[in-house]
Amino acid sequence: MLQVSSVTKQFGGLKAVDELSFNVKKGTIHSIIGPNGAGKTTLVNMITGVYKVDSGTVFLDGGDITNLATNKLVHRGICRTFQHLEICGNLTVIENVMLGFDKYMDKNILRSCFRAKSILEDEKRYLKRGMHLLDLIGLADFANKEAKNLSYGILKKLEIIRALATTPELMLLDEPVAGLNPKETEEVSELIQTVVADEVTVLLVEHDMKMIMKISDHITVMNFGKKLAEGTPKDVVNNEEVIKAYLGSGALSGR
Amino acid sequence: MLKKYNINAQIIFLTVVLMIIPFFFENDFYYEIAILSMLNALIVIGLNLLMGYAGQVSLGHGAFAGLGAYISVVLSTTYGLNPLLSIFISVTIMALLSFLISKPILKLKGHYLAMATLGIGIIISIVLEVEEEFTGGSDGMSVDSFVVFGYEFSDSTAWYVLCAVLLVFTIWAFENLINSPFGRLLRSIHDSEKAANSVGIDVSYYKSIVFVISVVIATIAGSLYAFFSGFISPQEASFSHSIELVVMVVLGGLGRVYGALFGAVILTVLPQLLTSFEDYETLVFGCIIIAVMIFMPKGIASLFDNILKKKEQNSASS
Ligand SMILES: Nc1ncnc2c1ncn2[C@@H]1O[C@H](COP(=O)(O)OP(=O)(O)OP(=O)(O)O)[C@@H](O)[C@H]1O
Ligand SMILES: [Mg+2]
Repeated sequence: MLQVSSVTKQFGGLKAVDELSFNVKKGTIHSIIGPNGAGKTTLVNMITGVYKVDSGTVFLDGGDITNLATNKLVHRGICRTFQHLEICGNLTVIENVMLGFDKYMDKNILRSCFRAKSILEDEKRYLKRGMHLLDLIGLADFANKEAKNLSYGILKKLEIIRALATTPELMLLDEPVAGLNPKETEEVSELIQTVVADEVTVLLVEHDMKMIMKISDHITVMNFGKKLAEGTPKDVVNNEEVIKAYLGSGALSGR
Repeated sequence: MLKKYNINAQIIFLTVVLMIIPFFFENDFYYEIAILSMLNALIVIGLNLLMGYAGQVSLGHGAFAGLGAYISVVLSTTYGLNPLLSIFISVTIMALLSFLISKPILKLKGHYLAMATLGIGIIISIVLEVEEEFTGGSDGMSVDSFVVFGYEFSDSTAWYVLCAVLLVFTIWAFENLINSPFGRLLRSIHDSEKAANSVGIDVSYYKSIVFVISVVIATIAGSLYAFFSGFISPQEASFSHSIELVVMVVLGGLGRVYGALFGAVILTVLPQLLTSFEDYETLVFGCIIIAVMIFMPKGIASLFDNILKKKEQNSASS
């Protein structure tokens, strides 16, 4: 579904991502792992058009999406979450989710000013769907709370739900369980699996090895911007290069 | 999100208040202040959409209002076009102009955006002063009366009604706009452009649109003020006017339609009330503003928010 071919991104003298290629198969969980600073977030930023690639291409279902802007990609069915929370703090939880439905909503200015039927109907319909999504991860009780007053764990989940509201075909999750407690991690992990069961493809960047090993179909290991290894979870843990790269940081034992 | 309490109830309340106020007017001067308050309120409501909701500051809206007004005036007074048509043409020109400049300047953020809008504002006021041939230079120019479909707006009552209707309508439309998906999108841009972008919102497009809306409203209000007062000078487009408008937005309360109304009315009326302080007028005025900002950092509208909240809590606990 997603073909990344020898993409490169350089910051000054540093090659954050160096000639990296990999393919993501439809309906799978494809994980990207690697030590801190390996270039994982940079990779996600390149795929989602936040950074322009220095060279290389990104294809989605055979169509060239290299350097396409993030907001345009959403309309092509790609949505992402952020390693560092990007939640609208002054909006309520349900408003954040409804923001995810934005591309389906009527935003004509005149109709909005006159409270046209289409506007009211959209609000009603997507409010219902939003509540349904919140139910999936047990956030419905917080629906009308302002996001800025809520805990990190809740917001982390909320961000995934908001991304889901865009009904993506491919979701890129950058460290979705970083900073979550084991229970929350389990919930997110289950949510991701549910989503994939619904034919959504997930590109997952994570440090939590337990989760990665459990839910990934395929893993790409990065180090210093390059691909170090690739394969099923089993292949990867037994790969000597990977063990060597991780021994220094001790991350294989799970962070 | 659609508000639970009724927008229409507020609108009816506002309409009633606007109908009652004139009974307390002792002479034409009261009308003048009321009309000026309402026209300022219109500009401030538009500016608040840009600053309070979308989170983009502009220190040039006095200049936009002034330039828009000048275009209307020159078309109608110098070239003899129908006033309504002049305003319409001016709105079109200003909309195009603001859309064009919004593209590059709204890429800037915070102080840089403030500086850019400030610069554009200053350029506009300089141009208006220098182009004496069209604008009468710093002496300003007189403006023909406002005749619409054969009816001449000559007495203050007619102007009062016109402005009141326009104000009530604008507030109603903006309350609806704010509480629609469009409004939510604006607030999301204010909080996190990255988040807005990540759900497919074309952030720069919507910033431009809001900028254009605010400039269009400023143009309409500025033009009406010129027709009402029968005179226009570059003072209208001055830096201090722009600042005044921003103070109105902030004092009233960023991100509240009614805040804009309070801010505009208070800042228009207050200087008149303070004239008895004579030399100390500006000093007292400044102190009042400082006091409001210290004790109500979220603006005057926050007073009402608190009252509403208390009511909600009371009804929830009982
Ligand atoms: N905007 C930038 N400007 C300069 N250097 C950058 C920029 N973004 C990332 N880098 C550098 O690129 C390298 C890769 O960073 P990146 O954030 O992609 O790593 P990561 O694999 O996501 O790490 P982590 O696991 O800590 O999130 C790092 O050395 C980082 O300092
Ligand atoms: Mg990262």
